[in-house]
Amino acid sequence: MVPSFLARDRIVAGPGFSRWLIPPAALCVHLCIGQAYATSVYKTALVEHFDTSLTAIGVIFSIAIVMLGLSAAVCGTWVDHNGPRAAMFTAACFWSAGFLVAALGIGTEQLWLVYLGYGVIGGIGLGIGYISPVSTLIKWFPDRPGLATGLAIMGFGGGALIASPLSSRLMQLYDQSGYDATDPSSVADGHAVTMLFVTLGIVYFAFMMFGAWTVRVPPEGWKPEGWDPAEVREKRLVTTASVSAGNAIRTPQFWLLWTVLFCNVTAGIGILEQAAPMIQDFFRDSSGASTVTATAAAGFVGLLSLANMGGRFVWSSTSDVVGRKPIYMLYLGGGIVLYLLLATVGDTAVALFVLLAAVIISWYGGGFSTVPAYLRDLFGTFEVGAIHGRLLTAWSAAGIAGPLIINGFLDAQGTPGELTADAYRPALLTMVGVLVIGLVANVLIRAVDPRFHEPAASDDLERSAT
Amino acid sequence: MSERSDASARMRLRIVGAWALVGIPLAYGLVETLRKAADLFTG
Repeated sequence: MVPSFLARDRIVAGPGFSRWLIPPAALCVHLCIGQAYATSVYKTALVEHFDTSLTAIGVIFSIAIVMLGLSAAVCGTWVDHNGPRAAMFTAACFWSAGFLVAALGIGTEQLWLVYLGYGVIGGIGLGIGYISPVSTLIKWFPDRPGLATGLAIMGFGGGALIASPLSSRLMQLYDQSGYDATDPSSVADGHAVTMLFVTLGIVYFAFMMFGAWTVRVPPEGWKPEGWDPAEVREKRLVTTASVSAGNAIRTPQFWLLWTVLFCNVTAGIGILEQAAPMIQDFFRDSSGASTVTATAAAGFVGLLSLANMGGRFVWSSTSDVVGRKPIYMLYLGGGIVLYLLLATVGDTAVALFVLLAAVIISWYGGGFSTVPAYLRDLFGTFEVGAIHGRLLTAWSAAGIAGPLIINGFLDAQGTPGELTADAYRPALLTMVGVLVIGLVANVLIRAVDPRFHEPAASDDLERSAT
Repeated sequence: MSERSDASARMRLRIVGAWALVGIPLAYGLVETLRKAADLFTG
């Protein structure tokens, strides 16, 4: 099925191998594919280069996110069966090829090639890359799955933090028209973006290959020193049985969790989508001018990126202690309260607004990174990567629904950047409703009915206990 | 015994190297983002 050098049996860890090499291997992939969140850096340059609308350029990102969900869902079982090296290698090839094809499209002024390259080919790399280390991390860290997946998925947030300033500097280096990365009104030329894409394609390929060659799977029956699998059995909602991906999607638990993720992501996108104009609109003086400068608004976006990344690690690790269901009660229930505060008193002080938004976004990030561990708890480790892949279709759906909701309400009120806090209230209250649906779905989650369990006693935890 | 400690030292070196490879770019991104975020309070 895959060349022998990629096969799962070639990467079984030998004696003395440390599991602490697995998180950096996973980060090598997630830090690269996290670039997807840094597309705004060259968005204006592409609009000018192709002489087209912002919407036409925004479609590139939308295609990539839809392909992420679809490829994760379709390829999840393949990833689980062939192991993390094959998955990381494949993701690197697609992600890198996507950049190179898109570079060709920019260089030849063929926008459809950018759609095909970054959107379709790169999007497949995104989906396979996103799920590639998840089940391996869970198997290496059965005692702390939240911490392990939090570390990797934090990398997806961190990737944007690296790619954004790095892309600005590279474009300045390649630009031939006097582009100044420190001047927000300056725009890079097409040549600079082409060369940026070529550079990123090559660098990301090398980086992801390091991850692919470092990753290992634990030998059969391996467990962390001093860890007793019996501890897992004592926790509520944590199974030691195995549920296949095919059976998982027949359970109400899968669809309830799908709804939870969809609602959490939709609500988070509500803020992320409009962060910069939103903070300026919330604070206006009597003449209607915003008291928050464009530079400060950009700083707010940076702060949200930090909250998004930090939340992925902090909240997912916390879930190992407090449990997965309670932590989602916090993300969703707490989100309801904070969204209500944002809608009603968010415009009283900038510090309060920033605090509320940052905590909401940290829960948005936490929702992403905690979900693999929640799946492990409900369905076991057997095909958790494949189940995770299918669940990520909720992200794709939210990627469409979130902006539609927020833009739909704001378009009816005027133009973002010229609105007031009152104009955001209907959209924010709608997000409260979305979070209530997610909260109810989370409350309804119970242990999976044993009829969905695999008939053979093939549970990894039980094997490792004997 | 010394072979085992050599292997253990090599593994520790690999761990440090791997974490540095991902940690250094991440630290660069964090610093750049913190500088940008500071504009929220000064800009």
